[in-house]
Amino acid sequence: MTDHTKHPAYAKLYPAPDPAEPPAFFPQKISRTDADHLDALEAQSVFLIREAFHHFKNICMPWSMGKDSNVLIWLSKKAFCGHIPYPLLHIDTTYEFPEMIDYRNWAVEHHGLNLIVKINEDARAGAGEYKARGPIGYDTTDPVTVTHELKTVALQQVMAEHKWDALITGIRRDEDPTRAKERYFSPRTKDFEWDYKDQPPEFWNQFTTSCAPGEHVRVQALLDWSERDIWLYIQREGIPIPKMYFARNGSDGKRYRFRSLGCWPISGPVESDADTIDGIIDELANTRTSERAGRAQDHHERNAMQKLRAKGFM
Amino acid sequence: MSLNSEVTRRLRVVFVGHVDHGKSTLIGRIFHDTKSLPDGKVEQIQAACKEEGMEFEYAFLLDALLEEQAQNITIDTTQIQFKTAKRPYVIIDAPGHKEFLKNMITGAASADAAVLLIAANEGVQEQSRRHGYLLSLLGISQVVVAVNKMDLVDFSQARFDEVVAEYKAFLSQIGLEARQFVPVSARNGFNVDAPAPAEMPWYSGPTITQMLDTFEPPKSLAELPLRFPIQDVYRFDDRRIIAGRIEAGSLKVGDTLVFSPNNKTSVVASIEKWNAPKTDSAVAGESVGITLTEQIFVDRGHVASHEADAPIESNRFKARLFWMGKRNLTIGERTKLKLTTQELDAEIVSIEKIIDASTLDVAATARGDIARNDVAEVTIQTRGALVMDNADRNALMGRFVIVDNRQVAGGGIIFGGTYTDRTKVKSQNIFWSEGEVTAAHRALRNGYKGAVVWLTGLSGSGKSTLSQALERELFNTNHHVYVLDGDNVRHGLNSNLGFSPEDRVENIRRVAEVAKLMADAGVIVVTAFISPYRADRRRAREIALAGGCEFVEVFVDAPIAVCEQRDPKGLYKKARAGEIKEFTGVSAPYEAPADAEITVHTDRESLAESVARIMEFLKPRLRGEESVTI
Repeated sequence: MTDHTKHPAYAKLYPAPDPAEPPAFFPQKISRTDADHLDALEAQSVFLIREAFHHFKNICMPWSMGKDSNVLIWLSKKAFCGHIPYPLLHIDTTYEFPEMIDYRNWAVEHHGLNLIVKINEDARAGAGEYKARGPIGYDTTDPVTVTHELKTVALQQVMAEHKWDALITGIRRDEDPTRAKERYFSPRTKDFEWDYKDQPPEFWNQFTTSCAPGEHVRVQALLDWSERDIWLYIQREGIPIPKMYFARNGSDGKRYRFRSLGCWPISGPVESDADTIDGIIDELANTRTSERAGRAQDHHERNAMQKLRAKGFM
Repeated sequence: MSLNSEVTRRLRVVFVGHVDHGKSTLIGRIFHDTKSLPDGKVEQIQAACKEEGMEFEYAFLLDALLEEQAQNITIDTTQIQFKTAKRPYVIIDAPGHKEFLKNMITGAASADAAVLLIAANEGVQEQSRRHGYLLSLLGISQVVVAVNKMDLVDFSQARFDEVVAEYKAFLSQIGLEARQFVPVSARNGFNVDAPAPAEMPWYSGPTITQMLDTFEPPKSLAELPLRFPIQDVYRFDDRRIIAGRIEAGSLKVGDTLVFSPNNKTSVVASIEKWNAPKTDSAVAGESVGITLTEQIFVDRGHVASHEADAPIESNRFKARLFWMGKRNLTIGERTKLKLTTQELDAEIVSIEKIIDASTLDVAATARGDIARNDVAEVTIQTRGALVMDNADRNALMGRFVIVDNRQVAGGGIIFGGTYTDRTKVKSQNIFWSEGEVTAAHRALRNGYKGAVVWLTGLSGSGKSTLSQALERELFNTNHHVYVLDGDNVRHGLNSNLGFSPEDRVENIRRVAEVAKLMADAGVIVVTAFISPYRADRRRAREIALAGGCEFVEVFVDAPIAVCEQRDPKGLYKKARAGEIKEFTGVSAPYEAPADAEITVHTDRESLAESVARIMEFLKPRLRGEESVTI
């Protein structure tokens, strides 16, 4: 890893990593006797991913580099016996923690990914249609707008370019009440709108497997997983993940880690001693705060998440 | 491996009942009382209520969407988890509002157990009956009935008994027995997680959560006969992997599998996994990939089983159908049916009866269509053979959905699937057009494009055998196919031609033109001619392409020694004896293709393998246009 100690992302509690460290954390593989339900979750996710691949001609898998999206990479390889027959997409807000970019470059090499990186350049530069508004960034704009412009609008731009008809996403029902209402195959309109009041029926593993030109379907392959399932699976399979999930010594003498990774200006660490996956799993057993508590854009106003998602946010 | 560990598997519980009978409140209360909520959630919602000037209700814990709070009804199926001391649960909250039946089905279809709510003050209502009936239709037998709002009837045992008696009578009509009736006040948390001896001393039975803990996870289907519906066939590397989920039974390396329809067999060579310990068996519930010893043509929708216990294969069957579509489903209308990974055109050929799900009344007059929210007993006919089981034998293979306008619009349960009559019924032409009918229109109607598959090779290389096998395969997979060969061309169309070089050129030219016309008509034409000259084959390709048809050249390759040894018509012998002049390979040249799409080696691979390779190549090329303006 390069030396990131001077980067402003590390100015607060959570320190930059030691430049001598490798960019990924390799969990020690542990098999648990009580993890049969992981087999069931894996089987369903593999089934969903294969259905998506069969039904849609032009498919892409957004990849945030976080724990869930690394599980998606893993499940894709399970589904296709070691191959990933579609491109991955990273929506780069330009506010990634710098060690995450190191991780990204490492993972592309390690997994042999076909990665597309998309930045909403005009929004950051205040160019093109953003000329009147000026540059969009956390220093100038509220976090909900930044998230919308740099993630959702960026996604709309890259989808218009590549014309994907399906995206395999890693959202989970337990993350947020609005996500609890999701279908496995969730159609989106041309404008990315999610009509959660009139969703198509979905049962007996039969899904909405086609869409009109310009529309797309979100295939939510991790819908049934819980945060704990994700960690148990990462541990069982030994899936390499970024190191920011693990505790480091903070500037105030306490120890901190990230439960959920987002843009650095709005992502806060949680106080934690967990520096192993076992530590994280134990911690989850005792926590009753929500996973995305550290994400500022969710709390900016009531129902912020609902508003973001109806407009096309994952 | 067992996929249903008693300890860790989450039991999926659906909450159903008439609108406003208190589902969301009961769920909110269960969350609260089992301490399954994140810290601060209750306070957060209380604060929000205060801000809006509303009284706090437990229902708000679920109804986190702004719109829902405004309307005060649940709008869609929600899935959230909670835990008792015994195990984790997934709650499926299905709405009671009549319009939202599809969400109730979406939720309830995946449930292991159900809590059905009836408000004590209002008693049994239309939706109480309708939901009970749908639970029975969906095969959910673990049901607890919560008689809610007991606080509104002064905790009266008499009123409770009255509701119980009325609902029990209804359930017995549909063959469903509730495991328990529990008098509840969800708002106060009485008999939800904790008993309420002070308020209801007359009830000493289990609470709702105690009842849930008595329910059992679904039985594994591993003991049933093998059903392995193919999801896809992958060829990302040198392996040809048959991918899918085992819906029932188990398979192991060395097993002979029968693939329905068409009854082809092959043996399991390996079970392919990535980053997992090597295994030689797999059971129901697993998503697997297998390889076969012989590379027969199998495809998505084919169902593998063991020879001894194969599924029903039929194009006509009876089903109980519930319809949620926005428009009525009419007899004879072409629609799309999906059963596991099978997808076939289907139509309802007769409606035996239509049942009102709340009163169980059978419609008095015969009707030609099924309306939204109807349940009907129907006979369905599919365009090709459908592989299925009766639902009472294998639930997963005995149920299907109907797709309308891209969305799942109905579901059906197969019973008495004994119709094995394969007689074709004349298709009903429901689309019509005033404009010119083009090849694209024909492709849209047929579901595939016309094509020319041009076999070339020495006499005795196996072209005729291959063309017949390919014809059979294409025919069995519902394609219009026709073989052009020396037998049906030389005697009629080309009876004036001999074997001189000029006549051979003309022979091939005419075959190419006829093949193009037939392909334009939507047929897949397989030609089986030696066609020894590259220039002739190139021209055949040009003719087809100029006509907008697919053209696939297949080099049927076998060493001349092998062909000569086969010599099926004794021609080589005659040629060697000088009795036939200008015999290809002996006294006339054969120009082997340099750029054929496919080369099959009939001396090294089985006929089934050759057919499989051609089919795999052909399949994507035949795919019709997505849409054509008709």
